[in-house]
Amino acid sequence: MLRFVVRRLLLLVPILLGLSILVFLWIRALPAGPAQSLLGERATPETIAQIEEQYGLDRPLHIQYWRYLKTVAQGDLGTTIRTRRPVTEEVKERFPATIELAMAALLFATLFGIPLGFVAAKRYGTWIDHSSLVASLIGISIPIFFLAILLKYVFAVQLGWLPTVGRISVLIDLEHPTNFYTLDALIALDFVAFWDVIKHLILPAIALGSIPLAVTARITRAAVLDVQNEDYVRTARAKGLPPRVVDIRHIFRNALLPISTIIGLQTGLLLSGAVLTETVFAFPGMGTWLVEAIRQRDYPVLQGGILFVSFVFVIVNLIVDISYALINPRIRVS
Amino acid sequence: MGRVSLRRILLLLATALLVLGAAGCGGGDDGGGGGEGGTLVFAGAADPVVIDGALVSDGESIRVITQIFETLINLKPGTTELAPGLATEWEVSPDALTYTFTLREGVKFHDGTDFNAEAVCFNFDRWYNFTGPLQSPSASYYYSAFFGGFKNNESEDLSDPLYESCTAENPTTAVIKLTRPSASLLGALVQQAFSIASPKALEEFQADEGTLDEEVGFRPTGTFGTEHPIGTGPFEFVSWTREDRLVLKRFEDYWGEKAKLDELIIRPIADNAARLQALQADEIQGYDLVEPQDIQTIEGDENLKILDRPAFNVAYVGINQAKPPMDKLEVRQAVAHGLDRQAVVDNFYGGRGVVAEQMMPPEVEGYADSVTKWPHDPAKAKQLLQQAGLTLPVEIEFWYPSDVSRPYMPNPKNNFEAFAASLNKSGFKVVPKTAPWDPDYLGRVDEGNAGHLHLIGWTGDFADADNFIGTFFQDFNPQFGFRDQELFKLLDDAEVESDRQARIDLYKQANQRIMETLPAVPYAHTKPALAFRQDVEGFVPSPTTNELFSTVTIGEQ
Repeated sequence: MLRFVVRRLLLLVPILLGLSILVFLWIRALPAGPAQSLLGERATPETIAQIEEQYGLDRPLHIQYWRYLKTVAQGDLGTTIRTRRPVTEEVKERFPATIELAMAALLFATLFGIPLGFVAAKRYGTWIDHSSLVASLIGISIPIFFLAILLKYVFAVQLGWLPTVGRISVLIDLEHPTNFYTLDALIALDFVAFWDVIKHLILPAIALGSIPLAVTARITRAAVLDVQNEDYVRTARAKGLPPRVVDIRHIFRNALLPISTIIGLQTGLLLSGAVLTETVFAFPGMGTWLVEAIRQRDYPVLQGGILFVSFVFVIVNLIVDISYALINPRIRVS
Repeated sequence: MGRVSLRRILLLLATALLVLGAAGCGGGDDGGGGGEGGTLVFAGAADPVVIDGALVSDGESIRVITQIFETLINLKPGTTELAPGLATEWEVSPDALTYTFTLREGVKFHDGTDFNAEAVCFNFDRWYNFTGPLQSPSASYYYSAFFGGFKNNESEDLSDPLYESCTAENPTTAVIKLTRPSASLLGALVQQAFSIASPKALEEFQADEGTLDEEVGFRPTGTFGTEHPIGTGPFEFVSWTREDRLVLKRFEDYWGEKAKLDELIIRPIADNAARLQALQADEIQGYDLVEPQDIQTIEGDENLKILDRPAFNVAYVGINQAKPPMDKLEVRQAVAHGLDRQAVVDNFYGGRGVVAEQMMPPEVEGYADSVTKWPHDPAKAKQLLQQAGLTLPVEIEFWYPSDVSRPYMPNPKNNFEAFAASLNKSGFKVVPKTAPWDPDYLGRVDEGNAGHLHLIGWTGDFADADNFIGTFFQDFNPQFGFRDQELFKLLDDAEVESDRQARIDLYKQANQRIMETLPAVPYAHTKPALAFRQDVEGFVPSPTTNELFSTVTIGEQ
């Protein structure tokens, strides 16, 4: 197990290196650059030349890349062009937002998706099964931004139950030692703030979690259907075990394998930044950060941000694989 | 037994969700409506960059800076007329080299220090002495756009400095000397780039300091522009949490009429649909950059209203004379007759546009009394092309930007399609070309690489003809690709003419020449819109988009 983990961690280096070269070249291949984006209609050839010189963009590519590598090796991801701040500082603000949103969406998806899929499987062929299939189809098909706007329209604008944008009400003051607003509120023992942060997470979590919910439900249903026809389930029932115990200890536990794989994959995707949800809810996470950076050709943000996201993705997949081994003793032994 | 408990669990979950929703009742009202507390939440489209007028050129930073800092000269609210600001009177020497400002007395900065001539000169000298990365247009664009270079230019692309010196003759008299005559200094000083900051704060909080590392670039280390932006304005800075909110409060010792609001909170919401929904839910009480397609919705909602800004922009079809046959006057005339400008303005501007006859809005001094008109006339266009010795149809590349909406051009694609259709009927064969606005399209236009014709426009920075036609046509510009020495000379002379009337006449002549020689065909001026809750009063929209919130109130609904 240890060797497995170490090997995967070592693989990180060539993966990230290769990625950094790809990103570096790709963003410079895009037409125009940060100069035009900064100045808009006001750009002239002179001002553009000045800005390119300032950011070293007129140097040969390999020199630019070498300089970039040197700073990364020192743990510094560079300075953003638009806001003139260290990239690492912006990551520290953006990433916790993405984590919170992703966790909320995942919670929503698993809390509702697994029971939904389970019930559908147990009621195989009945109206419950069919309607859950239709519901999951709708969930996968609805464009996220449309669902998001719809949710906001109903629950925020019309009913006024929930907020439309942001992570917290502008009328609530809260210190942000961790930038995880839920944690920050708990640390400050401010339960009004805590509840406010939760309220701001509900609609985005539903919008973002709609697809994972549908997928989780379908996979759960398929897995349970698969497992409940296995021999060992029949044996367990034959032994006289109560249905509840059979369900949980035998069926569910074994179905958990494919389910957890899917959940792990979704986590990676969610953490890469939920651009559409973040945009519609003005949720300041990694997604909008990176997309804006592409538009503005903010090279340091793109280089540092994509590298960071890839790093997270690889680590998350590693954790999923480890947990897979933990759940399934057969893998452990091999 | 197992079955029942499963169903129970689902029921419990459903109930929980309902309870959560119900408990959230009243959670939508984040605003300060109702007159109590006097807090207004306003949404812009992005976070400011830094709260330091000398180092920014983006609208969101300038919005905040306008509340905290003041300039020597203001505009009368809602107009482009000059009015006293921190300077109550001013005198220009006949040779347009020396400007004497009489300063307002009894003004204090937010940190309690005095505003005086020394403070004014401190600020002017600060900008003049910018070094390194602070000289870059990414930082001090507006300074170098007007004053040219600095004391020690570090780049060949910077011209000789226009600024010579500032002297504090006495606490209420500041004298600014220029190296060459310029008549547009007064208009330019209205810009937030020239707002006066507290010298004490600038020094104490190291406004110009930063680490300059070859690899990571310039990193500001001072906290002036992020934590201690200290000016003389009606609002003072409280706090800034990025991507969340920027909080200002009323400055109690303001020299003029104090702000009515207790607190002004500015928050960034990038998506325009999200801004609209936040306004509808009363989470914000106003926002800027209203999309044309939302105007009807807002006007139809009895809780909301639209406020118009006076037009201060121009949308035009740029012509690149470096690409034949655009160098022939008859061909450009044919383009002008071939474009159906009225139809475009009528159909795609939601009633908020007027046809433009000149390359600057009527509000700005220097607007000519009459110029050559170019009515839509496809037959005449064909005739002109034949006169130029060309075989019809004349094939031309016509560029327009994708995925963007500009205040002067809400939907480029619509404009393009209508124009292309009318040109195709006028003896041309339009080859459509497009690219994403930022930065691809902009880059092409700047380089003169956007075909024969291209759609673009300009929003004025300050109320001076120089800022419009001077920017476009005072010198060779790759976007238009021509050299017209007569026009260049007219604009050069106008820039330094200190006699106001003579200056106006020169600009009028320039505008007449422009509409004769047609380096571009203007087609629209628009009134960009802001949206507010009905109970927000006192906001005066400005053509230059620099509006003060100090006159704003939130009344009882």
